[in-house]
Amino acid sequence: MTQHSSATSDDFTPTGKLQFGIFFQGVNSGTIWKAAESGSQTDFESFRRIAQTAERGLFAAFFLGEGLRLREHLGRPHALDVVGRPDAQTMLAALASVTKNIGLVATQNTTYNDPADLAHRLSSLDLISGGRAAWNIVTTDNAWTGANFRRGGYLDHADRYRHAEAFVETAKRIWDSWETPDGPARRVLHEGQHYTVHVTPRLPRSAQYRPVLFQAGDSPEGRNFAARQADVIFSAHPKFADAVEFRKDLVARSLAAGRGANAVQIMPASEFILAPTAEEAAEKKEWVRSLQIGPQQAVAYLEQFWGRELSEYDPDGPLPDIDPVVEETSETRGSGFHGAKARQLADQWRAEAKDKGLSIRQFVTSRTARVDATFTGSYSAVADQLAEYTRVGAVDGFNISPWLIPTGLDDIVNHLVPELQERGVYPTEYRGTTLRENLGLQTPVPSSETVRA
Amino acid sequence: MSDSETVRPGFLAIELDGAGWDGAGFKGTGFKGASPEGTGFASLAEAVLSAESAGFHVATFTDTPAPGRVNALQRAAYAGPITRTIAVVPEVDTVYTEPFHVATQLASLDYVSGGRAGWIATAAESREAAAAVGRSFVGGAALGQEAAASIEVSRRLWDSWEDDAVIRDVATGRYIDVDKLHYVDFDTAADFETPADFAGPAYSVKGPSIIPRPLQGQLPVLVAASLLGDGLVDANAVDAVLVSAPTPELLAAEVRDVRGRLGGSAAVIAELDVVLDARGQAAAERLAGTDSGRATYAGSAAGLVDLLAPLLAEADGVRLRPASLAVDLDELARLVLPELRRRGALRAPVQDGTFRDLLGMERPANRYAGTPTAAGAGS
Repeated sequence: MTQHSSATSDDFTPTGKLQFGIFFQGVNSGTIWKAAESGSQTDFESFRRIAQTAERGLFAAFFLGEGLRLREHLGRPHALDVVGRPDAQTMLAALASVTKNIGLVATQNTTYNDPADLAHRLSSLDLISGGRAAWNIVTTDNAWTGANFRRGGYLDHADRYRHAEAFVETAKRIWDSWETPDGPARRVLHEGQHYTVHVTPRLPRSAQYRPVLFQAGDSPEGRNFAARQADVIFSAHPKFADAVEFRKDLVARSLAAGRGANAVQIMPASEFILAPTAEEAAEKKEWVRSLQIGPQQAVAYLEQFWGRELSEYDPDGPLPDIDPVVEETSETRGSGFHGAKARQLADQWRAEAKDKGLSIRQFVTSRTARVDATFTGSYSAVADQLAEYTRVGAVDGFNISPWLIPTGLDDIVNHLVPELQERGVYPTEYRGTTLRENLGLQTPVPSSETVRA
Repeated sequence: MSDSETVRPGFLAIELDGAGWDGAGFKGTGFKGASPEGTGFASLAEAVLSAESAGFHVATFTDTPAPGRVNALQRAAYAGPITRTIAVVPEVDTVYTEPFHVATQLASLDYVSGGRAGWIATAAESREAAAAVGRSFVGGAALGQEAAASIEVSRRLWDSWEDDAVIRDVATGRYIDVDKLHYVDFDTAADFETPADFAGPAYSVKGPSIIPRPLQGQLPVLVAASLLGDGLVDANAVDAVLVSAPTPELLAAEVRDVRGRLGGSAAVIAELDVVLDARGQAAAERLAGTDSGRATYAGSAAGLVDLLAPLLAEADGVRLRPASLAVDLDELARLVLPELRRRGALRAPVQDGTFRDLLGMERPANRYAGTPTAAGAGS
C-alpha cells in the first residue's frame, strides 16, 4: 500500500486483484422466486447456505439491505416481487457464528437511527465477528418511511448529506474514543441541528479498529461524501468505460478531500449470468429475464408511473394510450414522476417503445433489468473480461446480486472464481481474519482533530 | 402455569452476561475474559454451548450498560444458529429504542434461532441512555408505560403478516397475498388504550412489519414484576414475569404472591444469584464485597439443590445469575442440574422445541386474521 496525502492522481496504483461481495437482495424484481429452485427469503438456512458458499469462494463481503417500510403499489403493499426481509444486523450477528472470514455488511439508514445507538450496535457486530463488520451508509428523507418511527420523517431533503456526514463523524468519534485496550473511553459530545449526543462509549476497538464504511450514493454530493468518509464506494458503474471514468472522478475527489488516490475502493453492483458456452449463457439470460419480469410485473411497473390501474392492457401489446394520473406528490411513485413529468415521461416511453417495436413486457424488461450491470457469457470469456478491469484498475471488485437464492453463487464460485484465479486476478486465500485486512485497507488513524475533540 | 395436583417439573435459565454480577466485566476484546472471575470462556460460543450441554433451558443476555458489554440482542443472535435446545432471550430496552427496530430485530432473532427466541422487555431509568440519544429523561410510572407501548407495537407488528401471507403463486404472479398484510396504525396518543394519559413522548407506528410473522407467531415476552400494575404493563400483555426477593427464603412466598395477582395468565420465573463453593474456595469468600440487592444463594452445591427443588415446584422456572460464569457453571453442570433431574424437579430439554413449547404455551392465533385488510390504508 502506497498512500500519501500529497499524492497526485498519477499515484493511483491498480491492485491487480478483484474482490467479490454478495448483495443478498430482498425486495425487487431482480431476485427470482418463481423458479423451482428458488428458496425461502427469510429462513436462516438460505442465508447460511449462501454466506458459506461465498466464503468458499473467498468473497470479501456479504451485504444485507435494510427494510424500513414495505413498498406499496397503488396504496397497497406491492404483491408481485419478493417482499419481507430480516433485520440486517441481527442476521449478520447470527451469520458471524457460522462463518469465519467473510465481511458482514449492514446497510443502515442515517435518518431512522440514533448515532450513538447505531455506532454501539455496529461495534458490537464488529467485536462479535472478530473484526468483520461494515456499515453501508444510506440516507432517506421521506415522511412515508418515517411513519414507522418515533421521530417520523424529520429530515429535509436538502439536509440529507449534511445530516449523514455529521452522523458518520459522530460515529467515528465514538469509535476513536477508546484509547487503550482497557479503556477508558473519552466522552463524545455532539450538538447539532438534528440531534444531540452525549455519550461515554462502552466498547473497545475491534481487531480491525472500527467497522469498514461503505457508501452507495452516486450524486456529486454522494461521491464527495464517499471521498471524505468511506473506505469503499458501492458504485452504479460496472460497464468498462463508465467504470474507468468513475475511477478517475473518485480519485480526483479523494485527493481533493486530502486522502490518498487508493484510499477509497470501488465495487460496482453487478449480476452474472454464466454457462459453459456463450450460447447457453444467452439462453439462460432469456430464461432469467422472463422470470424476473412476468406479465403482471410488466403492467405493475407501468402502473407505478401512470398512477392508475392498467390491467386491461395486454402485456404483449403496445404501451397504454391513456395518460398518467397527474398528481402533485406520491411517495410511492418515485420522485421523478410527479405532476407534469409523468405525462412527459409517458410520451417519451410510448415513442421509444413504438420506435423499437417493443411490447409492454419487452419495454419494461429493457428498463428494469440490470442491463449495464450484467455480465453474460461463458465462464472463460467473462473471466477474460474481468481481468481487463483489473489490468487498468477500473474497479476493485464487484458486488454481486444473485438472481437466485440460495444457490445463485454456485456457478460463480465453482467455475468463474477458478478461472479468475488461473489468470492471477483473484485471491487464492483470505489475506487475514478481518474485513479491513481482506480488502487491503489501512487501519484508520484518528486525526489529531478527532483525538482532541 | 397452573396449580394442578401433579407438579410440573420446572426449567432453568442462566444469565450469560459474561461478567457475572460481581462486575468484573469484559475487558479488551469484548469476549476473551481477562479476569479470572470474569467469563473464563474463550468465546461466547463456548459459554452458550456449555450452558446448553449442562442442560439449561434458557440463556438470557443482559443489556444494562457496562464497559465492554456488546449488544444483547446480537449476542443472542450469534448463539441462535449454533445451538439446538436452549432458548435465547435478550434484554432489550423499550424507552430509548425505536419500537419498529426492536420488533423486527426480535422477529429476526426468532428466525435465526429456529423459534427459540424470547424478549425480556426492560425500561431503562437512565440519564446516560437519554443523553446518548438526545432525548429527555424518562422516569417513574412513565417507564412502565413506555414498556407497555413498545410491547403492544411489537405484538401488532409480529401479527401484521398473517401466517400464510407469502403465497408464491406463479399463476397470478403474486408473491404475497396483500389481504393478509395489515397496517398496525399504533398511536400512543389516540388508540393505545392503556394508559390513556401516556406520559412519555407520544409517537405512532404505521406498519406492516418488514419481516413475515415470527416462527412462534409471537415471541414470549418477559418483564420484571416491578413493571406490572395499574397504568404500567398489563399482566395479560406478557408471557412470563421475573420475580425477585431480598433473600432466597422469601422467594417462594413472593412467587406465590405474584402468581396469585396474575391469576395464572403468565409463567412465573424466580430470580436467584448464585455463588458456589468451588475450586477449593468457599462461597462466602468468593461472595465477599458483592451485593446485587437480589436473593443470593452462597454455599454448597447440595444446599442449592435443596433450595431449588421446592422452588421449581412453586415457580415455572428459575433464572440463575452465577457470580462467575465459568466457575459456577462448572459446578452447576456437574453437581446441581444432574441431581435436580434425578429428583424429577427439572424438565428434559427438547431439541428443536420452541421457547413457547418450553413455557407450555400454544402458538397464538393472529389478531388480524379475517379482519379488513391493508387495502387503501397507505398514506
